[in-house]
Amino acid sequence: MNHIIVRKKNLSKENFLIEIKAPHVAERFQPGQFVIIRISETGERIPLTVADVNKAAKTITLIFQAVGRTTMELSTLNKGDPVLNCVGPLGNPSEIKKFGQVACVGGGTGIACIYPLVQALAKAGNEVTAIIGARNESMLILEKEMKAAATKTLIATDDGSKGHHGFVTEVLHKTIEAHKNSGGISRVITIGPIPMMKAAAEVTRPYKIPTIASLNTIMVDGTGMCGSCRAYIDGVMKLACIDGPEFDAHKVDFDDVLSRMEMFKVKEKQAVEHYQKISLEKE
Amino acid sequence: MKKKRIDLGGYRVQMQEQSPEKRIKNFQSVPLGYSKEEVVKEAKRCIQCKGIPCELDCPINMKILEMIREIAIENFEKAFFIMKEDNPIPAITGRVCPQEAQCEGVCPLYQRGHGINIGKLEAFVADWARMKGIKEKFQIEEKQQKVAVIGSGPAGISCAVDLRKFGYQVTMFEALHKAGGVLQYGIPAFRLPTEIVDYEISYLDEIGVDIRLDFFVGQNIEFSELRNEYDSIFIGTGAGAPLFMKIPGENLKGVYSANEFLIRVNLMKAYKFLEFDTPIVCGETIGVIGAGNVAMDAARCALRLGVEKVYILYRRTKKEAPARDEEIQHALEEGVILKELISPNKFIGDHKGWLKEVELFKMELGDADASGRPRPVKIEGSEFVLKMGTIVEALGSMPNRLFLNKAPELDVNKWGQIKVDDNLMTQIPGVYAGGDAVRGNATVILALGDGRQAAASIHKQIKQAKAAT
Repeated sequence: MNHIIVRKKNLSKENFLIEIKAPHVAERFQPGQFVIIRISETGERIPLTVADVNKAAKTITLIFQAVGRTTMELSTLNKGDPVLNCVGPLGNPSEIKKFGQVACVGGGTGIACIYPLVQALAKAGNEVTAIIGARNESMLILEKEMKAAATKTLIATDDGSKGHHGFVTEVLHKTIEAHKNSGGISRVITIGPIPMMKAAAEVTRPYKIPTIASLNTIMVDGTGMCGSCRAYIDGVMKLACIDGPEFDAHKVDFDDVLSRMEMFKVKEKQAVEHYQKISLEKE
Repeated sequence: MKKKRIDLGGYRVQMQEQSPEKRIKNFQSVPLGYSKEEVVKEAKRCIQCKGIPCELDCPINMKILEMIREIAIENFEKAFFIMKEDNPIPAITGRVCPQEAQCEGVCPLYQRGHGINIGKLEAFVADWARMKGIKEKFQIEEKQQKVAVIGSGPAGISCAVDLRKFGYQVTMFEALHKAGGVLQYGIPAFRLPTEIVDYEISYLDEIGVDIRLDFFVGQNIEFSELRNEYDSIFIGTGAGAPLFMKIPGENLKGVYSANEFLIRVNLMKAYKFLEFDTPIVCGETIGVIGAGNVAMDAARCALRLGVEKVYILYRRTKKEAPARDEEIQHALEEGVILKELISPNKFIGDHKGWLKEVELFKMELGDADASGRPRPVKIEGSEFVLKMGTIVEALGSMPNRLFLNKAPELDVNKWGQIKVDDNLMTQIPGVYAGGDAVRGNATVILALGDGRQAAASIHKQIKQAKAAT
């Protein structure tokens, strides 16, 4: 079941891109969906969003930040190396149609997740404002690609090294205000860190703009079996893997989602330290 | 004469087991298995009743009497082939069947507490054959018709084996990265060693079943497309979706579904964390809600993960517990504490969102309910609190709604169980279903029986279709 890496690119210090052979995913993938990968016989299953797909070459592109045990090891793999398992596409596709003026807000590696949506929404005839942000300029990914796909691309960095000095949500606010007299923003999609999505939902709430957030909760099987990814949506328990990953951002209990993401933090740190130790020993 | 009757059958040959102190530190099999001498001695106790109650009570009517007869004369190979005629996975059913409610329970010797240990005889013979590399021999007369088997659990395995014997081209679809279904992700290795499941899966491979892992029917192929591509379909997708209590605090860190807990431990090997990458976190005390086999499995896994205090929190009493006798007994020997007649009301967390306490109601037993067991009734005003770092909810599970959503043309009942006729055919001609996808939470042996019955139905249908053209 090996999925050979056909391309690898270092996007920034911590962000990597790999393109892997995955015919059964490439054939059916629709924007908004994700895959679960496992890189070795002792590996864990982790969900990753598909940033791009090449149906002719039967490949998918994955973008990830090398911050955990698996993503760190994944970042050391090169062209020609195999990824052991890749199941997908999982989750529901994003709703793509002509909404009018749409704002897509992506933060960190969330930019990779939102990129296929920007492409699809633009193709469907929407005027898409892409608002992308990162901690600093060197961590910002897909700027060029986004500019090619979106009608307009706005940038924010925490340290002001590029674009707006501050948060993407501030840019979102300005964008909504700026569009007020020209029909208004009719839909907002936000993907990125939980606090960012929560803040984006609060920006759009007073304007009553339909807002979609894609939840990147902890998952094991990704097919509705484990219930690890459960989240409260309007007070009702839903599973991000099969009911989502996209939900009405105004109804998501983001604090609860954020809390659950920390459940394995201590162990995740141990795993990273262990991996760094065995990597050093190998060298 | 009279004296001989009293001695009839004698005492059950004791099964050697790992001591509780030792076994809670590992995930190896608890029973150590009979020796050759022991297994023969146990087989010789069988009084070979004419009425064959054991066989009649076996859901797949295994030829138990004949098997025992061969074991008694040390003809293990013959015993193995006799078993295999009815049961493709005896090494597994010998370990996980609720024998006390089936074959062993109706053994005349059981009344005195010394029924023949049929499950362990079965497991011995199957293990013996595996060690010797002895396999069922059959000639496959290849046919061109294609059959899809969705799911690789016990129902799918038994269906695929029979379909191959009939000569059909069988493709088995599995969503996970390893085949075996509940045998792989659900049942812990100390009850069903992983190598036994792996062996049975590799056998499928050997007889030519095309196993497609990481493949979800409904996501990777539309169900309607599958129907066009294959002459017939068997759905053995199980009941893999967890039920939750739907009480406050369920999303606190430290609250797991039994499915998540067991998938992490069994499938992902979280008990070997660092060697394996998947983590699991447990507090010093853990409460498992429920008293079925899954609850016992979770509780016993928790002990083996080093949890100090493991409670089973059950709303009825030990007598009504649905788990196999052996699992309850093993769990208690290992130090699991059974707390009866209580039911959680809410989970209480600390300021960081970690589970800290559970508030429970005391319960009493009322009149019998639909299951025939006394209904647990809440005692008003009896709330009390237990300190608890981890909770595992083992409330049972439902058929996977992701698959059902993608196959809306299938008729299901209100619990999402697929409706089938006497031949296990769904309302769609050529599409069959069995096991937990149809029955809800049932047993491995019933799923196995369904798989075989569906294979026979499929064979009959394809033959008829061929005759008609």
